[in-house]
Amino acid sequence: MLNAILALSALALTFGLLLGFAAIRFKVEGDPLVDQIDAQLPQTQCGQCGFPGCRPYAEAIANEEAEINQCPPGGEATIHALADLLDREPLPLNPENGVEAAKTVAVIDEQTCIGCTLCIQACPVDAILGAAKQMHTIIESACTGCELCLPPCPVDCIEMVEIKEDILTWKWPYPEPATIEQPTDNRQGATA
Amino acid sequence: MTSAPIRLWDFHGGIHPEQNKRQSTQEPSAQARMPATLTLPLHQHIGAAAEPIVEVGETVLKGQKIASANGYVSAPVHAPTSGKIVAIGDYPIPHPSGLSALSIVIETDGRDEWVRYAAKQDYTETNPSHLRNIIREAGVVGLGGAGFPAFIKLNPGSQKKIKTLIINGVECEPYITCDDMLMREDPQSILEGIRIMRHALQAERCVIAIEDNKPEAYESICKAARGVEGVNVALVPTRYPQGSEKQLVKVITGKEVPSNGLALDVGVVCHNVSTAAAIYRAIHLGQPLISRMVTVTGKGVKRPRNLEVLFGTPMDELLAQCDVEADQIERLIMGGPMMGFALHDTNLPVIKTTNCIIAATRNELGVERPVMPCIRCGACADVCPVKLLPQQLYWYSRAKELDKVQEYDLFDCIECGCCSYVCPSNIPLVQFYRFAKGAIWTQEQEQKKAAQARQRHEFHQMRIEREKQEREARRAKKKAARPSAAAPKAPPADGAKIAEKRRDEAISQRDSAAAARKAEIQAALARVQAKKRAPQKTAEAPDKTEEKTAPATTAERAAATQKSAITKKDNATSTHDDDQPVQ
Repeated sequence: MLNAILALSALALTFGLLLGFAAIRFKVEGDPLVDQIDAQLPQTQCGQCGFPGCRPYAEAIANEEAEINQCPPGGEATIHALADLLDREPLPLNPENGVEAAKTVAVIDEQTCIGCTLCIQACPVDAILGAAKQMHTIIESACTGCELCLPPCPVDCIEMVEIKEDILTWKWPYPEPATIEQPTDNRQGATA
Repeated sequence: MTSAPIRLWDFHGGIHPEQNKRQSTQEPSAQARMPATLTLPLHQHIGAAAEPIVEVGETVLKGQKIASANGYVSAPVHAPTSGKIVAIGDYPIPHPSGLSALSIVIETDGRDEWVRYAAKQDYTETNPSHLRNIIREAGVVGLGGAGFPAFIKLNPGSQKKIKTLIINGVECEPYITCDDMLMREDPQSILEGIRIMRHALQAERCVIAIEDNKPEAYESICKAARGVEGVNVALVPTRYPQGSEKQLVKVITGKEVPSNGLALDVGVVCHNVSTAAAIYRAIHLGQPLISRMVTVTGKGVKRPRNLEVLFGTPMDELLAQCDVEADQIERLIMGGPMMGFALHDTNLPVIKTTNCIIAATRNELGVERPVMPCIRCGACADVCPVKLLPQQLYWYSRAKELDKVQEYDLFDCIECGCCSYVCPSNIPLVQFYRFAKGAIWTQEQEQKKAAQARQRHEFHQMRIEREKQEREARRAKKKAARPSAAAPKAPPADGAKIAEKRRDEAISQRDSAAAARKAEIQAALARVQAKKRAPQKTAEAPDKTEEKTAPATTAERAAATQKSAITKKDNATSTHDDDQPVQ
């Protein structure tokens, strides 16, 4: 009897120590799920989802406080990626958050710009170059097209311009769906 | 030529489509007529587009460089004849998208006057790196159809030893005969080009591969290669897509080019026969690449044949020279019927990669049949020369499952079209693979951009946080400094009162700063509005003008007062920062 108690206690102690050590040694920093969700988001930091940036939205999704269909810039592709990742049903994009639109970049009309720096403060990715009372300009390659610089501009000199397709960015389209007939389920006929 | 026949190997799959090569080899090649204008796109090759170095109105000579290479993987563009630059702008180019791209338009003057480059007869004394530079500057790209800059494929690097140089005269696609004609008519240029390439690569041996449906070309090349040491001519059995680099390497050497690898990895370099001839002209004659042989064929032309065409020549001029029946043409295709693409217009310019133009009449390239569901017959897998599983690739591409489709090695697909050719359900398989490849590239680019944006956003937040901390630290420092300064003057009991007073002061100052800023913005707004109104103003009557200028002047006045307010405020803050005036 005593032997059994001792043996079990010894086992419990050993495994306890082992688990305790593993918990410290292999501790995972941060929440890996949030990182994974964040990696699927387009990082426009536009706030159309109702959260102040992509990471807060990712945290909200991880805590099940937000649906996966609130990201218009990511659109259908992001919703499907998130549905795959989280094993949830893909939902259509919530129209309250906006609609999926063509990609754009902001362009400052440099003739009209007064150099007030308000857009620089609004830009979430520091893609606007300028200083007080100096003309501002947008670093096109860094602009995410979030439109956050539009409301603060007092002279409405910022315009969103659609990114034009050229022969380097052109991609073959999806083959015409009209020419592809859906395979019919003939197993039903076989069993009937 | 070494007389012993060389051993040949086999590659998986392949098909035997109808040849249709005889039509265009009935008569010898001819020079295409000189058009009135030449339109030269700056992106005629794989890699970055060339950058124009001429201006509108400038006169150029034949062979003069008009656009220089932009980066390593790029090629310059030369004027194909003498004339005047009349425009530099976006013009439609032969591309599956039908889009326009930056081009240079030359009005020809008919004199065809050459600019002189130094010719190099004694290339054996020139080092390979210098030879590569000449070839690069001559704008030579692979003329088999892909258009990869040739000098890069002549640069194996110091680590790799080149065993075999394969010269591709296979020309496996139906209809195309431009390489065939070149081999028949000008084998000497090809052989000279091969000598230069062997010198640049230090290759042990060289094999010229020709399919057995071109006996005349084989004879001609054999005759020219007789007595040349280390050069073999291989007659390979006709099968599509034997002309594809990886398949040809397998047939000639028995080695398989690894997935995501290059022929270079198995010690082989592969060049087209036309590229060899172009290299000969660049080195021996000092002539840059300004023209090429183009097959003009199809039932839509009465005299199908090969023409030596200056780049930039509109295709309808070539069709006219081959007695086109314009109303008969249903589709105009650039390249072969298997891998070519339909053009959106007939007046597009010939570029470095235009090896063939097919003016196809109705149903010439097969009757269009309805697409039916996949019956899983597996015929596509039998013919795939890369041993892929086209069916799986099809399902996953169709479902846009981009991860899965990559697991089945989508990027090893050479888009030869064998699977679509044999599919009994007429499924446009290759179109699905092209779509999937494009979608994956787009996704990769977007991910790269997202990573950049994430990084920039994180830095932005860190910067804001840092600024906030710095501000707080300054405030804390001030707070720490203030009581010590105030202590001797005021008893500690009054401390609370002083703090309150100071807070009030700070608030009022902040309010005034905000007001000043608001005034500044309003002034600017007024200024801009005034500026916008300015053009209308001049059109209107003078008495009205006075009325309209009034707000502008008010705005300016406001701006001036607000400016002085700011200076005052600045002064105030600076004194505030330095030492504490305690009341």
